[in-house]
Amino acid sequence: MVKPLLQPGSVIDGFRIGEPAHRGGMATLWRVTRDGDTTPMLMKVPKIAEGADPAAIVSFEMEQMIIPRLSGPHVPKCFGVGDFAVQPYVVMEQIAGKSLLSRLGNLPLPYDEVAAIGVKVATALDDLHRQHVVHLDIKPSNIMFRESGEAVLLDYGLSHHEQLPDLMQEEFRVPFGTAPYMSPEQLRDIRNDPRSDLFALGVLLYFFSTGERPFGESETLRGMRRRLWRDPVPPRKLRPDYPPWLQEIVLKCLEIEPAWRYPTAAQLAFDLAHPDQVKLTHRSERMQRDSWAVVLRRRFNKDIMQAAPKKMAAQLSSAPIVTVAIDLGEEAAAVNDALRLSAQRLLAMLPSARLACVNVRKLGRIALDTTLDEQGHNKQIDRLVGLRAWAAPLKLDEERLTVHVLEAVDPAAAILEFADANRVDHILIGARQASVMRKLLGGVSAKVAAEAECSVTVVRPPRGKMPAALTAPQASS
Amino acid sequence: MLIALFADIHANRQAFEACLDRAQDQGAQRYVLLGDYVGYGGDPDWVVDRVMDMVDKGAVAVLGNHDSAVSAAREQMNPEAQLAIEWTSGVLDTAQRRFLADLPLTRSEDDRLYVHADASDPKKWIYVQSTLEASRSLSATHEQLSFCGHIHRPALYSLSSTAKMTSFTPQADVHIPLLPGRRWLGVLGSVGQPRDGNPDAAYAMLDTAKRELTYCRVAYDIEAAAARIRSRGLPPVLAERLFRGM
Repeated sequence: MVKPLLQPGSVIDGFRIGEPAHRGGMATLWRVTRDGDTTPMLMKVPKIAEGADPAAIVSFEMEQMIIPRLSGPHVPKCFGVGDFAVQPYVVMEQIAGKSLLSRLGNLPLPYDEVAAIGVKVATALDDLHRQHVVHLDIKPSNIMFRESGEAVLLDYGLSHHEQLPDLMQEEFRVPFGTAPYMSPEQLRDIRNDPRSDLFALGVLLYFFSTGERPFGESETLRGMRRRLWRDPVPPRKLRPDYPPWLQEIVLKCLEIEPAWRYPTAAQLAFDLAHPDQVKLTHRSERMQRDSWAVVLRRRFNKDIMQAAPKKMAAQLSSAPIVTVAIDLGEEAAAVNDALRLSAQRLLAMLPSARLACVNVRKLGRIALDTTLDEQGHNKQIDRLVGLRAWAAPLKLDEERLTVHVLEAVDPAAAILEFADANRVDHILIGARQASVMRKLLGGVSAKVAAEAECSVTVVRPPRGKMPAALTAPQASS
Repeated sequence: MLIALFADIHANRQAFEACLDRAQDQGAQRYVLLGDYVGYGGDPDWVVDRVMDMVDKGAVAVLGNHDSAVSAAREQMNPEAQLAIEWTSGVLDTAQRRFLADLPLTRSEDDRLYVHADASDPKKWIYVQSTLEASRSLSATHEQLSFCGHIHRPALYSLSSTAKMTSFTPQADVHIPLLPGRRWLGVLGSVGQPRDGNPDAAYAMLDTAKRELTYCRVAYDIEAAAARIRSRGLPPVLAERLFRGM
């Protein structure tokens, strides 16, 4: 077959080639158009000339396999793939704007901006991991943002797909990736741990909030290997005003052992979105790196690195975010006990799960609400205290528990929005007791159960344990 | 074209029927049978009849070591397998034995090679259990895709243009693109006696247009298959292992 010419104006499989948008070491990106399609598109064509780096071919093969399988707002949409027999290419959506690389001149960024970027990237990673892919090359140049705000992750040439053959597996003697962002386990040729991406994001957060790279820029294997035993300088040492909650999060991402990092990207996003709820540990207080004694122990203790992780899907599903919606009114005592029991059983099975307790303070549609009640108590704080009291018998590690008071006119909508924004996996909610109100308004739990995108368990008190007030016949007038 | 591939049926009628039903639902247009129709299971006569019928209608079938052992000189086998084969020989009629004896060791069509075990020396019945044997098998053919069975554990190997091998344990129901820049060896799991810890019957579907391979698993009536093994007086261990998939 005659190889089609790759130059402006030529047409391949219906795609008309425009100007080159970028010429990189491994591939060239061409702007392309297609009749009847207004989406801006890019055609990625690998450099496979004689003597070219074999890595270019293999990483292109990985993209060819992975990109067409991905979906959702956090990945570029794929429009077509051409194979090596004629002209290898991948055509994908061109994301408008610039990558995070363009921000390097402005570092360090304000802390809240770094956290906001972190939430978006972690949310995108959660979405990617749930599609069975570990990115393995998270860095500023591979991150862009849609106009609607979502982060888009680019470049899957080094990625691992849990359900597809890993072609990178035996291809290279040295680990492949971008030196400053590469996780310790990648240096040991482990390619199937989603927490490697959390490490890379931790590097990015550290860099963007301090202006310095936590492990320098060394590209030698020897230089890169130092991160297997040497911890980074705590950010607070570089910037005295560094918030302890951010240091807690960043250093947790940069833990050498994957097991000590966040178990999922969703849990990382959750902490970045709720700074006041981050459980501060010794990490947040550190002003110095580990002592040499500790470093040497790590250096020469070969067992410190755990073996390859369990299956990705199992890893993700073992660490869900569970939300329990608690009504703090007195009449809800029985159902609250039942909710606690359900939460306890669920959490006992899933030691990496975390529990977000939510209460909704219903606002009147018209009346101006004041945060102080008639006795002058702060209603918000009273409710937070109430939620902690509800959770106390669970005896959860504080790292696993957060409490939130939402204010809304429509409680069900507030719970649904909270679940969506925080990538909640499971909602526990009590059924409202039989009442005129429920008949008139419909139950909150019914709406949550019907409209949530995650699992919902509607909990009722055990039979025969209905509070007396509610079992008595209701007056209908 | 959608090709359904089956290996190591081993006289398990219930498993084979379940796989054939599912493959038909999936729209299979062509059937490829990768050997070992008999041995271990309680319905060799029914299975061989079915295979003969399929071949009559255009299916491709190659020879397996158990099929060969029915009439040829004794293959090296473990005692239970040996016992099952001796019994099988007695159950099959002349036409069935003749059919098995006449099966080819390999078959090629388009860019595909079908063989029961390793392709470098098919008569030796070498297990393809690592990249070492897979690479040797791939080197023995010019076809881009090879398919074999014999080991009863599904796997997928690839050989790159720079002679690098990859190995992979496929999950069920995932469409795996067989990229044209490499050569591939699909090792099928067993229809009638899975040994990868999953008792479900295994087969695979190849979509030649999309160049995608899908490994499939089907739950079947193991109880009935096991009862058949026991009722025909075969070693009970052959029935028990079906429940464990080992």
